[in-house]
Amino acid sequence: MPRIYLDHASSMPVDSRVFDFAKPYLMKSHGNPSSLHSVGLEARRAIEEARSKIAGLINAENENTIIFTGSATEANNLAVKGTALRNITQGKAVIASAIEHMSVLNPMKELQKNGFSFLTIPVDSTGVVDLKKLDSILTKNTVVTSIMYANNEIGTIEPIQEVSKIVKDKGLYLHVDAVAAAGRIPIDVQKDGIDLLTLSSNDLYGPQGAGALYVKPGVKVQSVLLGGGQERGLRSGTENVFAIAGMGEAARIAQQEMKQESNRLIPIRDTLIKEILKIEKSHLTGHPTQRLPHHASFRFSYIEGESILLNMDMYDIQVSTGSACSSKTLEPSHVLLAIGLKHEEAHGSMVLTLGRSTSMDDVPLVSKASYDTVQRLRNLSPMSKEWRK
Amino acid sequence: MTNVGYSKKVMEHFMNPRNVGVIENPDGYGKVGNPVCGDVMEIFIKVKDERITDIKFRTFGCGSAIATSSMVTELAKGKHVDEAVKITRGDVANELDGLPAQKMHCSNLAADALHEAIKDYKNKKQKK
Repeated sequence: MPRIYLDHASSMPVDSRVFDFAKPYLMKSHGNPSSLHSVGLEARRAIEEARSKIAGLINAENENTIIFTGSATEANNLAVKGTALRNITQGKAVIASAIEHMSVLNPMKELQKNGFSFLTIPVDSTGVVDLKKLDSILTKNTVVTSIMYANNEIGTIEPIQEVSKIVKDKGLYLHVDAVAAAGRIPIDVQKDGIDLLTLSSNDLYGPQGAGALYVKPGVKVQSVLLGGGQERGLRSGTENVFAIAGMGEAARIAQQEMKQESNRLIPIRDTLIKEILKIEKSHLTGHPTQRLPHHASFRFSYIEGESILLNMDMYDIQVSTGSACSSKTLEPSHVLLAIGLKHEEAHGSMVLTLGRSTSMDDVPLVSKASYDTVQRLRNLSPMSKEWRK
Repeated sequence: MTNVGYSKKVMEHFMNPRNVGVIENPDGYGKVGNPVCGDVMEIFIKVKDERITDIKFRTFGCGSAIATSSMVTELAKGKHVDEAVKITRGDVANELDGLPAQKMHCSNLAADALHEAIKDYKNKKQKK
């Protein structure tokens, strides 16, 4: 059986076109972009070209709004801590949805230890943020509100334009983590009313080791990493030219092919969901319609997610889970708990994220493997006893 | 390479667990863990002349939870109950060529389930 990789939310292959484009920056145009000689300038040009391509993907005002970082985690840290600390005279409050990535929540928790107020906005059972609650707890002291464009674990797309109206009305800056959404669905930072936006190279089929933060003109941010003053002083450290050049090309391709790829993936996703939900006591997690085109996520009663992952891997199908046993903290996914699942329900999750290699021919194989996996693990499980009677 | 996934032996027991199932009217029954934590194991034993003649388990949990359950039933089968009760979590992990560090505590409850089953057997015997 061929390998069927369905864990694109965790890691994506680099597109061969991206690799071909960026390869010269490893060995030929290898200069330090801060060097003024010709080899340095070749590298500098690659970075500026990438900046422009990325600005295009999100319809930014100009390319200078894009700050390159080493990862999306770093971009989120810069957005949260860099903005909160730079604007401390405006207020000492930060807000995030309960389903944000840890690289948003943990910097906010650290700010909280240092005297900031930190509140989370709950989500409903489909993962959509509670706009009324957001409206009620935002104050003029709220310097950063962070709501993701779409969630990586449950695929739900958030109502960013409505969020933005509320933040504009009551708070200061809106930060949007768009790692899961970028390149999948159209994003327009100007129309959406976004002040800061996080992107990841690898989630666009670019190389790992690059991320970016969009900073709207006029938004004040300070660096969280000090040094030689690269990236307008916001991210010191010699640029990873290969990864950045690749990220730019990946963004260009994603922008060009988004519509076509999304039209191709949605029927595959929907067939997969329909087939897998035929399994008894299986449930879709996340929103039934407002979801990312490549995202299908489930939970199965009476079984545990790490076992699901290992069992699916035996069929050479790679999936993800929000189970505690697969995490470093041994806690179940905070996202699954936030949508109201009990711990024992959150343990039995399976996340499938499709990509350019996924085809409709994979659906019967994945559905059959899911069915067999769930059956086998339920036969081992003491918890399905009552259900079987 | 101790931190790279599970050993071959763990995966072999996970994919082909031994002694799965239920024994009706067991001489001893032990259940440990909690669905909230993500691990529940139950072990059933049949005992004749103080020897474990049959043993079955059922487990809800991760790969190591299933593999350790399978292994502990293999280790205990045929043993005198006083020998079987000495099987430790460490013995089970060693027989599986080790477990990842973070799994040593949370998912290595199989020996505890066996001890509970033997305790249950001894309690029942006393009452007779």
